Amino acid sequence: MTQDDLTIADPKMKAHSVNVFYGEKQAINDVSIDVGTDLVTAFIGPSGCGKSTFLRSLNRMNDTVASARVTGQIELDGEDIYAPSMDVVQLRARVGMVFQKPNPFPKSIYDNVGYGPRIHGLAPNKADLDVIVERALVRAGLWDEVKDRLQESGTALSGGQQQRLCIARAIAVDPEVILMDEPCSALDPIATAKIEELIHELRGKYAIVIVTHNMQQAARVSQRTAFFHLGTLVEYGKTTDIFTNPKQERTKDYITGRYG
Amino acid sequence: MNRQTAPTDWKGSVMQTRIAKRYAAERRFKLFGLGAVLLSGAFLAFLLFVMVGNGARGFMYTHVAVPVDFKAMPLTIDTSRLGDADADQVIANAGLSDIVAFAADEALGPDGSKLISENAWKEVRSQIKDDPELLNGKTVFELPASSEVDIAAKEGAKGALGAKVDALEKDGKLSTGIHWPFFKNADATDPAVAGIWGALKGSVLTIFIAFLIAFPTGVLAALYLEEYAPKNRWTDLIEVSINNLAAVPSIIFGLLALAVFINWFGLCQASPLVGGLTLALMTMPVIVIASRNAIKSVPPSIRDAALGVGASPVQVVFHHVLPLALPGILTGTIIGMARALGETAPLLLVGMRAFIGDVPGGICSPSTVLPMQIFLWSDEVDRGFVEKTSAAIIVLLIVLLSMNAFAIYLRNKFEKRW
Repeated sequence: MTQDDLTIADPKMKAHSVNVFYGEKQAINDVSIDVGTDLVTAFIGPSGCGKSTFLRSLNRMNDTVASARVTGQIELDGEDIYAPSMDVVQLRARVGMVFQKPNPFPKSIYDNVGYGPRIHGLAPNKADLDVIVERALVRAGLWDEVKDRLQESGTALSGGQQQRLCIARAIAVDPEVILMDEPCSALDPIATAKIEELIHELRGKYAIVIVTHNMQQAARVSQRTAFFHLGTLVEYGKTTDIFTNPKQERTKDYITGRYG
Repeated sequence: MNRQTAPTDWKGSVMQTRIAKRYAAERRFKLFGLGAVLLSGAFLAFLLFVMVGNGARGFMYTHVAVPVDFKAMPLTIDTSRLGDADADQVIANAGLSDIVAFAADEALGPDGSKLISENAWKEVRSQIKDDPELLNGKTVFELPASSEVDIAAKEGAKGALGAKVDALEKDGKLSTGIHWPFFKNADATDPAVAGIWGALKGSVLTIFIAFLIAFPTGVLAALYLEEYAPKNRWTDLIEVSINNLAAVPSIIFGLLALAVFINWFGLCQASPLVGGLTLALMTMPVIVIASRNAIKSVPPSIRDAALGVGASPVQVVFHHVLPLALPGILTGTIIGMARALGETAPLLLVGMRAFIGDVPGGICSPSTVLPMQIFLWSDEVDRGFVEKTSAAIIVLLIVLLSMNAFAIYLRNKFEKRW
């Protein structure tokens, strides 16, 4: 692929020649991508192509895997996130994450959202925390459904509501980037539609990166799409270009459903 | 595929036998299972029935009414000294025991003093201390009977003693009541005054020490091994060692404690401190294993979620993993503690099998524990100790059952679903 079709003026995150290894096995091979500040970037590709692995290296969640090793450079606002001076705890607050399976804490809805602000000291008192929790839930489109039962357990919500709660939890710490790892794969079509709608609304407020299996979803929610295959980045460009006029044969085969 | 020449005969006799066999197997399995449940239930019922049947009497004691007329007795006690700290000594020196024995002889006939406990006069003494006015008149005291009379009254007896007890009963001189000294005293040679409180307090102190040492150490070790330790040959070795340690016979821990805590550190012998340390050694591996399993069962998605909003590893552990693992950890801990509470062998070796006549004052005073007290009493020749043994077993069972109930309560209180 070439760099010149990437017209991203103000990239939030820049990845350059990134390799990820699990022990001896190389999962990501020389990937370079810029993530735009006001854009939704979708990573697509068949199972096992490394798109989730790459996503998890953007907020160093791979650090929790003992055998994982990352080389190359990933920058957030020009700052190397793998530099020794980077505080990984703060990085993960700035680069929030929503996981494949909704994973609310077995605590109240309020505590789920309030947890992040609390541990980062974003709310000096209860009234401030109330404001933050409400704003996050409103942004995640969940406020009207849960405002009367904030003290109920987050795990008692439906799957789609739980996933929006997880998005609210990520929003509450006021991140700059939100990484979403197949956020709709465990949800029914109606809940999926709601999440997609939410992604539309969040665009511009946060840089969003979404990994998805569902090509229609990528086409619907993103402005940039990266196609991964066998650990390499095959093609990266405007979503419309990727889906209507792919440059690479492999991309074309994948989006037309020949494999994957 | 090899297609048969004839289609499978699902309704044929061969199939019918197969079906009948299958149903029979199901029925057999159900029956065996039910049998196992009934058998264990029967064991439990038998145990409780026997224990309660024998032990309940151990909580009761027979008293004999003995009138004492102090005016007619040559007893001189300086009443002004009854408030002093050495009042017990003052009364004893005045010869109260002889007076009481004499009064018993007089009231109950020759050998009357053998019918009451040799410690009966102490009961009179404590009443005099409470009310010195008694010394100026005649009072009927309910004095503890001797061990033989107590058993004869409860079980019936033949011969002269049986006749005597029957006569006393007819005269209305015998009474039976809850035996309070049993709950207040430590061990004694006379069953009329031997009590469980010394051993119970010793057990509580010992278990408290054991918990204080074993719980934090065990949980921290488990947390470190699960959350922080790198997975390599050393941690594998540690894991195997801990598993082996949990399987080491308990008496070995006693030998270790004897060598280390008493001979090397010079800690106080036969004390709840050393006993507790010994039991802590024994219980810690159990707590480590239970805690590790509980920590392992916390879903990784919760860890991811916490890390994802920027929680530090310590925050992940203390805000999420530990609270979710706590029910399992507590259940394992209490089961370990209950096992330690019933343990005798390692405590034999640190000296807790000695005869201790006083209720332990602190963690460094000599003491014994409940199972040891049961063992000591079951060894006694005096028949009065037979039902004491059963009563002590009931006390031990009650303590154990309450601990288990507490474990279930804690588990239900902290259990959360996700």
